[in-house]
Amino acid sequence: MSTAIIETSYKKRLNPKKFALWVSFGSIIMMFGSLTSAYIVKQASGNWLEFIMPNHFIISTISIILSSVFLHLSFNALRTHKKAMYQIGLVLAVILGFSFVAFQYYGWSALFSVGVDLKGNASGSFFYLITGLHALHVLAGIAALFVAVFHAFTLKFKPSTMRINRYELVVHYWHFVGILWIYLLGFLILCK
Amino acid sequence: MAEITTYNPDVLIEESGYDDHFHDHHHGDKYQSNFINHYVFSMDHKIIARQFLMTGIFWAIIGAGMSIIFRMQLGFPEESLTWIKPLLGKWIVVNEAGMGSLAPEFYYALVTMHGTILVFFVLTAGLSGTFSNLLIPLQLGARDMASPFLNMLSYWFFFLASVVMFYSLFLSTGPFSGGWTGYPPLSALPQASTGSGTGMTLWLVSLTLFVVSVLLGGINYVTTVLNLRTKGMTLWRMPLTIWAFFVTAILGILSFPVLASGFFMLIFDRGLGTSFFLSEIFIEGQALDRVGGSPILYQHLFWFLGHPEVYIIILPAMGLVSEVLSVHARKPIFGYKAMVLSILAIGFLSFIVWAHHMFMSGVNPFISNFFVIFTLIIAVPSAVKVFNWITTLWGGNLRLVTPMLFAIGFVSMFISGGLTGIFLGNSAIDIQMHDTYFVVAHFHIVMGIAAFFGMFSGVYHWFPKMFGRFMNETMGKIHFWVTLVGAYAIFWPMHYLGMAGVPRRYYSFDTFDAFRHFGDMNQFITIAAIIVFAAQLLFVINFFYSIFKGKEQKVKNPWGATTLEWTTPINAGHGNWPGKLPVVHRWAYDYGKDGKEFIPQIVPMEEGEVAGDH
Ligand code: HEM
Ligand SMILES: [Cu+2]
Repeated sequence: MSTAIIETSYKKRLNPKKFALWVSFGSIIMMFGSLTSAYIVKQASGNWLEFIMPNHFIISTISIILSSVFLHLSFNALRTHKKAMYQIGLVLAVILGFSFVAFQYYGWSALFSVGVDLKGNASGSFFYLITGLHALHVLAGIAALFVAVFHAFTLKFKPSTMRINRYELVVHYWHFVGILWIYLLGFLILCK
Repeated sequence: MAEITTYNPDVLIEESGYDDHFHDHHHGDKYQSNFINHYVFSMDHKIIARQFLMTGIFWAIIGAGMSIIFRMQLGFPEESLTWIKPLLGKWIVVNEAGMGSLAPEFYYALVTMHGTILVFFVLTAGLSGTFSNLLIPLQLGARDMASPFLNMLSYWFFFLASVVMFYSLFLSTGPFSGGWTGYPPLSALPQASTGSGTGMTLWLVSLTLFVVSVLLGGINYVTTVLNLRTKGMTLWRMPLTIWAFFVTAILGILSFPVLASGFFMLIFDRGLGTSFFLSEIFIEGQALDRVGGSPILYQHLFWFLGHPEVYIIILPAMGLVSEVLSVHARKPIFGYKAMVLSILAIGFLSFIVWAHHMFMSGVNPFISNFFVIFTLIIAVPSAVKVFNWITTLWGGNLRLVTPMLFAIGFVSMFISGGLTGIFLGNSAIDIQMHDTYFVVAHFHIVMGIAAFFGMFSGVYHWFPKMFGRFMNETMGKIHFWVTLVGAYAIFWPMHYLGMAGVPRRYYSFDTFDAFRHFGDMNQFITIAAIIVFAAQLLFVINFFYSIFKGKEQKVKNPWGATTLEWTTPINAGHGNWPGKLPVVHRWAYDYGKDGKEFIPQIVPMEEGEVAGDH
């Protein structure tokens, strides 16, 4: 291969930070994948309590979907230099994120009050462990969103490439935990 | 006679290098303005590599020292151990006759800590942490890792994990003592044994921190390999070291989170009263109120990590050895593509063989068959690699310097230990062998000793790159020969013990008629272990002595290697190359090509020259 060809084939590759984030999704997927597999294995060995998930989880699911939608609108607004939409979308996303966690919590309380205990049957233990661990990932996302809010209201509105890229990381993570929730919800409903 | 050309990398890089304007910005103050952020909280991959190495050496001394103490118990149960009472305190129990012996609980704690420390802290962090950090940016022509900050965090999480584990050694109830695999119920019930209380809690905290460290490191390595290669460094031109580190990192990223899941469930069982892994247990005469859990579930989660983990340990060693063999045989590595493909195949297969550790745990024998087959298949890519190493040596112009000796020793160890793996991989034979000294012999030779050999080979070879000096050759050769002969002396007899059924992890065999006559053999093993331990102290002395007083490195490329790390200044600063980045024109193994002794990767192809890796 001549030097000239090498020069042209060396193009700027993906943003390494974004790539690293995507690789870390692999880790998170393996973690929840292993928990749901353990769930299936345990369930197959019998002594499994069946219960119906309280409706709170429907509200929380709607919250996190809407939250992702608003965050995406906000991100597009930043890219197209629309300050107001950028800020409003972000704030709504954060509020809906909180609403997700709150309704998860109400859901757990409701389950607990009908007698599904963490300590009791393994089906309950798994439920709290999996959804709890997911909620922790959402809280980490909310922390990142807070940093974004801080930037949105303190920095001068100059959507540089660097700033867009950084925002994109938060947006991707947020979509990821949202999609992860949809998977977990589907799993928990189908394999109860 | 091949013509020896000396290349001047500075001129070559100046002429055909690639200007990334790195030095136009001022990085100095951000990275190394004072002692603290230069040497302690450093973000420079070369410093972080050395931090991993030093911490690894620290742990290796502790872990190996532990094995000497429990080997004393096994080899000389009749001898008094009062002389180590100053060190171990109440764990040496002295009877009326003044005879001091190791407390059985502490024997188990030592065995457990030895395994945990060597597997995770020495052979994972100390090996892959050191060399991935050192070589990935240098051999790829990158200024640093993709995220120097996460890289720094990765070390400090490992450091925290180390502090917690070290602290647990001094607990009044002792560290965890249920085996390095942490099986429940010993690990799940704080009241199950002395080490199961606070000792186990700290073990879990420490290893959870360690998982974070591995993930941060691994994410960085993968990202760097895929995104920060210099111009011309296509994937198929990467040295085998990089391929090995790359696949190792992927294995870590995919398997350690599964261990973390197992740990979370264990933490719930211990602290929150769940029964994931606990069922129908009587403890202290009382029936526990936990029902429905399954300890086998933990074994699945553990070995889903555990088996890839052994390849996380051995792949970096394989990479280092491939490189060292080729450089010091002055020959291209034989079958480069086959080597890469077998690394990938091993990586993939390592995820579907885990239950070969569980043949005897009551898993369905039909499921076992599946795992037998894949376990035996994984021997194929392993054998391909062995074949290629031997063929690389064949007819080479061997330079028998210390790194080369250790690389050859690695091949020997890997063959000896790999063959016994094939025995164990057959579930029918494993009925006899499981949990005996045969298994101990197998994994110490194939993983413990082989990985150490790979690491030593790497340390001796890249020592100039790390410290600008060479290690002492005479001490190095003594170190090698004593270790090679000694390691076989320790572990070869264990195969016979295992075939006779001697179980591993037992404190004493006095009460077993069947095993009592192995006393002499156990003594022999213990004496060999002490000699080998002494030889490792020689290495440590050589290492620290050479950092300050070793023979100075005068030329940039003392071994005549082709790879990029030898084109940097002898004590490279931040950013690795003072000016432009090198551009790569060929693969890493042009030795003895077209009548030239070697051609570095930065040398442009000549008119009409055919690539070496065609
Ligand atoms: C030729 C390929 C190999 C085969 C077929 C093989 C097979 C096995 C089997 C079946 C066992 C379980 C034995 C038992 O507990 O009864 C085992 C244990 C083990 N193997 Fe291998 N092995 C191979 C290569 C390796 C390599 C390359 C490593 C590490 C680098 C390794 C590390 C271990 C370890 C650490 C254990 C024991 C873990 C424990 O129980 O504490 N093996 N091997
Ligand atoms: Cu295995």
